[in-house]
Amino acid sequence: MRFMFIVTSPQQQPPTPELLVEMHKLADREIKAGRMLDNAGLMPLATGAQVRVSDGKLSVVDGPFVETKEVIGGYAIFELPGKEEALASAREFMQLHLDHMPGWGGVCELRAIASGPS
Amino acid sequence: MSVADAHRAILATWRIEQPRLITSLARMLRDIPLAEELTQESLVAALERWPTDGVPERPGAWLMATAKRRAFDHLRRGRMLARKHEMVAREMEAEQQATPDLDSALDDEIGDELLRLIFTACHPRLSRAARTALALRMVCGLTTEEIARAFLVPEATVAQRIVRAKRTLSDSGLAYETPRGEELSARLGAVLEVVYLIFNEGYTAARGGDWLRPQLCNEALRLGRVLAAVAPHEPEVHGLVALMELNASRTASRTDVDGEPILLLEQNRALWDQLQIRRGMTALGQAQELGGARGVYAMQAAIVACHARAGLAAETDWPRIAALYVELAEVAPSPVVELNRAIAVAMAEGPAAGLAIVDRLVSETALKGYHLLPTVRGDLLEKLGRREEARAAFEAAAALAGNRRERDLIRCRAEALQART
Repeated sequence: MRFMFIVTSPQQQPPTPELLVEMHKLADREIKAGRMLDNAGLMPLATGAQVRVSDGKLSVVDGPFVETKEVIGGYAIFELPGKEEALASAREFMQLHLDHMPGWGGVCELRAIASGPS
Repeated sequence: MSVADAHRAILATWRIEQPRLITSLARMLRDIPLAEELTQESLVAALERWPTDGVPERPGAWLMATAKRRAFDHLRRGRMLARKHEMVAREMEAEQQATPDLDSALDDEIGDELLRLIFTACHPRLSRAARTALALRMVCGLTTEEIARAFLVPEATVAQRIVRAKRTLSDSGLAYETPRGEELSARLGAVLEVVYLIFNEGYTAARGGDWLRPQLCNEALRLGRVLAAVAPHEPEVHGLVALMELNASRTASRTDVDGEPILLLEQNRALWDQLQIRRGMTALGQAQELGGARGVYAMQAAIVACHARAGLAAETDWPRIAALYVELAEVAPSPVVELNRAIAVAMAEGPAAGLAIVDRLVSETALKGYHLLPTVRGDLLEKLGRREEARAAFEAAAALAGNRRERDLIRCRAEALQART
């Protein structure tokens, strides 16, 4: 089963060097173990834009972004036997944040990726 | 946390950590069955403790520390028998105390440990069936019951195979290590063969319809990725990964809602997995950059890549595929490769050119019972308007086809020709 991990946080500060090192180590292990298929961190909100449809109209918001409650910081795609394994993996990943980025708060949401009709 | 929740958490962690635990212990103890046994004990300890104490912050490290403690105990118990072991135990204990950062130590050793385990499980002294079973059991962590179901053999057979294989490994006292240099390249072939065998067992839906079969594909893919990460300079490892990723990318489009197979050219290409295709293409590029363009797996992957690149079936580069089959036949000559070349040539140059190759294969003894030969022949004859000959070829093919669905399909084509003749 394929899972996408999406990390969101209300804080926009970049990861500490310690956290970066630890995340790199974990990613390296997961890639070597054949479980992590893809991953990336995302640049700050200001480098992006939002294209929105509401009330039957299309609009583009190209910053500045105010009142953003949660920002997606990065994602990873895993191939794992099931949800329990995905949970264990996400737990380990978030423990790194707890250990190496004091004061940070955020959510790692894990979602099964839809596969074809078979 | 309820007891059931704790149990689920333990088993999930266990599944992920088991190969790492076994490899670390096997290296300490130089005894795989014992390593497995002591690793199991750490699972039992977790099942006892976690529901009451709570899941530790680092479940993987907890399991590893517990398993290693059992291994130290075991080595200490054996001290009267072997002084050497005591030294090893003391050294290792000292080493462990000197490295409080257990996690990072574990992270660094995973690649080598897993590679060692894979090479041991695929040792040339074992039979092919034993290698496959042992690799699935020890490296992928599948149970004997799961392996038995996946390969449609009795569980006792698998259990026996694994027990015997382990005994062979223990008795022969062979070094539990990764071969280097030329020996690595020589032994790697056997490892890749096992991985590809596991993949094909899951991929070809010739028998059984169990949900475990896709799991075999995933395990083979994972093993391939592990090998590519730990032996990155071997081109054929990347070639095999490319072949498996590219083939697996079509999984969702290969059968209809009733489970009936859909042929490659009729598949809905929108369902092809683009992430997997991208990974396959990258791996193929790596194989070629390392000078492995003419490896058996890389060449097959290059052929599959031609299909993956075509957004529509009509855009397939058939002349390139035909040329690749010529190259493949030079390295690994086989009548089946030749038959595939005939199909590609027929698509590139027309049915007459393809038929000329097929007709040369008719006398081939290796293909005597192979239903695809008369099927392809019938198809080409039909395209050339030689209806009576085509019908006869389809009838011959139907008599040889072992799979019911395929047989029905071929019979339909023969009957359609008869009706219009």
